[in-house]
Amino acid sequence: MAEMTYRQALHDTLREELLRDENVFLIGEEIGRFEGSYKITAGLLQEFGPKRVVDTPICENGFVGLAIGAAMLGLRPIVEIMTINFIALAMDEIVNHAAKIYYMFGGQCPVPLVIRTPGGGGQQLSATHSQNLEVWFAHVPGLKVVAPSTPADARGLLRTAVRDDNPVLFLENLALYNTRGEVPEGDYTIPFGKAQVMKEGRDLTIISYSRMAVVALDVARRLEQERQLSIEVVDVRSLRPLDHETIVNSVKKTNRAIIFEEDWRSYGVGAELVATIQEEAFDYLDAPIQRVAGAEVPLPYSKPLEQAALPSARQLVEAVDRLAIRKRRIVYA
Amino acid sequence: METRQQRKAAAQGAGPGDARSSASLLEGTDRETLLNYYYQMVLIRYFEEKAGEMYTRARIGGYCHLNLGEEATVVGFCAGLEPDDYVYTNYREHGYAICRGISPAVVMAELFGKKTGCSLGRGGSMHLFDIKRRFMGGYGIVGGQLPLAVGAAFALAYRGAREIVACQMGDGTTNGGPFHESLNLAKLYRLPVVFLIVNNQYGMGTRVDQGSAVPDLYRKACAYDMRSERVDGTDVLAVLEAVRTAARIAREEREPSLIEAVSYRFRGHSVVDPDRYRPEEEVRRWRERDPILLYAARLKEAGLMDDAKRQELEARAQQEVEEAVRFAEESEFPSVDELYDFVYAGEGGR
Ligand SMILES: Cc1ncc(C[n+]2csc(CCOP(=O)(O)OP(=O)(O)O)c2C)c(N)n1
Ligand SMILES: [Mg+2]
Repeated sequence: MAEMTYRQALHDTLREELLRDENVFLIGEEIGRFEGSYKITAGLLQEFGPKRVVDTPICENGFVGLAIGAAMLGLRPIVEIMTINFIALAMDEIVNHAAKIYYMFGGQCPVPLVIRTPGGGGQQLSATHSQNLEVWFAHVPGLKVVAPSTPADARGLLRTAVRDDNPVLFLENLALYNTRGEVPEGDYTIPFGKAQVMKEGRDLTIISYSRMAVVALDVARRLEQERQLSIEVVDVRSLRPLDHETIVNSVKKTNRAIIFEEDWRSYGVGAELVATIQEEAFDYLDAPIQRVAGAEVPLPYSKPLEQAALPSARQLVEAVDRLAIRKRRIVYA
Repeated sequence: METRQQRKAAAQGAGPGDARSSASLLEGTDRETLLNYYYQMVLIRYFEEKAGEMYTRARIGGYCHLNLGEEATVVGFCAGLEPDDYVYTNYREHGYAICRGISPAVVMAELFGKKTGCSLGRGGSMHLFDIKRRFMGGYGIVGGQLPLAVGAAFALAYRGAREIVACQMGDGTTNGGPFHESLNLAKLYRLPVVFLIVNNQYGMGTRVDQGSAVPDLYRKACAYDMRSERVDGTDVLAVLEAVRTAARIAREEREPSLIEAVSYRFRGHSVVDPDRYRPEEEVRRWRERDPILLYAARLKEAGLMDDAKRQELEARAQQEVEEAVRFAEESEFPSVDELYDFVYAGEGGR
């Protein structure tokens, strides 16, 4: 184990995968000479040269398509999209091509591709630079989507992503880059489709992913201390494939669930999680499942407005309170 | 800045009638090869006519775009490449697939949605594929194949391989972002790729000059300082020569090229298009320039193909198409048990 930041974990994993496999290369805007907008790729151009660390012009659809074509011939590109907001320009190549090629051509040609990109709000970057668009991809068969919340998961999931033979969306979060945590050493991988129980509990389950999972864990620990509430926190980690088992088993145990997500509420990740739980654990639920999600507005710039729009620890506590009230009603009815 | 070729072509007012001469190629190529080009052209003609017929008989579903009228471009393009080169095309690709070695039977089976089809019945008319023949796909999204082709060329350059990539597209495709992004990337990274614009003068109902501010499409390459030329797409040997030259330059000098082949589609955009937007007179004029008739006349004039030989080749092509239909008819549909196969690579496909 070594303590490091989420950024460092990503950087080191990229470096190790470049060292491990000659077919792996990095491609994206400003990842080489500029060393990455968020410096994840710092020093890698110097170490590996322009063949393995490829700076592109500003043409997301073009260079994502290029990476898919290179993957069709057996290379293993790792694309960086500067932030997820710019991925809108590459949707055609991702959704109509990367996700379709293996199936539509009868299994003749896999597309081993990773697209890394950070999302998330809270940096006062406003509407076009603060989005959480994960459901766009999690909706599409043929893609895999993971969103690590800790440095350890960042490392383990990125390794798995690079070695997977399918197109993988690897979603980072701007506010997580400087967070720290213990990271296992060695050739450490985390299989896709495995949620992580971050904290065990009996009274209710908070289900989350990416940055919100970190906030959820914090809130759960605090409420345990302050109110002796026993809260289980499940970090989904992998949005597609989704680990039904861990999620459903947790709810079967606690009988109450809150989904805590940074994306917009309507048609969001939470909607899928709620549907899954009611399909597979309906009889175990003692209360309606709560969703705490982003306000349905384009994220505003002004600090108070931005904070009001983002899902917060305070809103999560309020949701916990709502469930607790419910519990009392049932008990005294 | 325009390249030398572009200035030359512009100065000559290159167009369908006065493109580069292919006379020397006729003399310098053996008879059997020249006759094989004729065979492939008529094979495509019969195949596409039959596909149209099978569509109206509900054997083929979805969209179905034919190469009728474009046979010289299709055959010349494919013949200008080496067998291990990689090919990417749009959805109007039956002829290209056949010329790259996928049997007409397996193509027809794909159109019928049968499990013996080249994409195992998953792709249909717009999405033919054969990894063994390096036919890297027909693509149904206009422009979608261009970045992919550039990426394949990137992989070849990465490995220092000898092969190149050839990428076909329509005239309407040159107005979209993928065209411009792809040309820029190909030139910037000096990738071994040949782009071919099949200028059949319409994208659905939109005439070239109604969609492109620069209707001389080959000139668009000058924005990327890429070599380019226009050829007569009704002259199989002219297309062949242009593609062969561009392929050699891609292979040896790592220089991408853009070729514009001017032709015409004889029927509507797809089988169901009533084709009401093109003046009758224009259609008639272009039908007179039928690439198959033009080539037949040249071969005859050069003493390479008499009427008996011609009939023999045409009969053989017709027979191959009949057999393709029989194969497609007799093949089975994929089992619905396999619905989820191939969503993901590895993991048993699911
Ligand atoms: C991105 C996209 N937009 C629109 C369409 C619908 N569409 C299919 S073919 C076509 C015309 C393309 O014309 P051109 O590139 O000249 O090719 P041609 O059909 O003439 O071979 C259009 C608009 C599509 N398939 N993809
Ligand atoms: Mg056209």
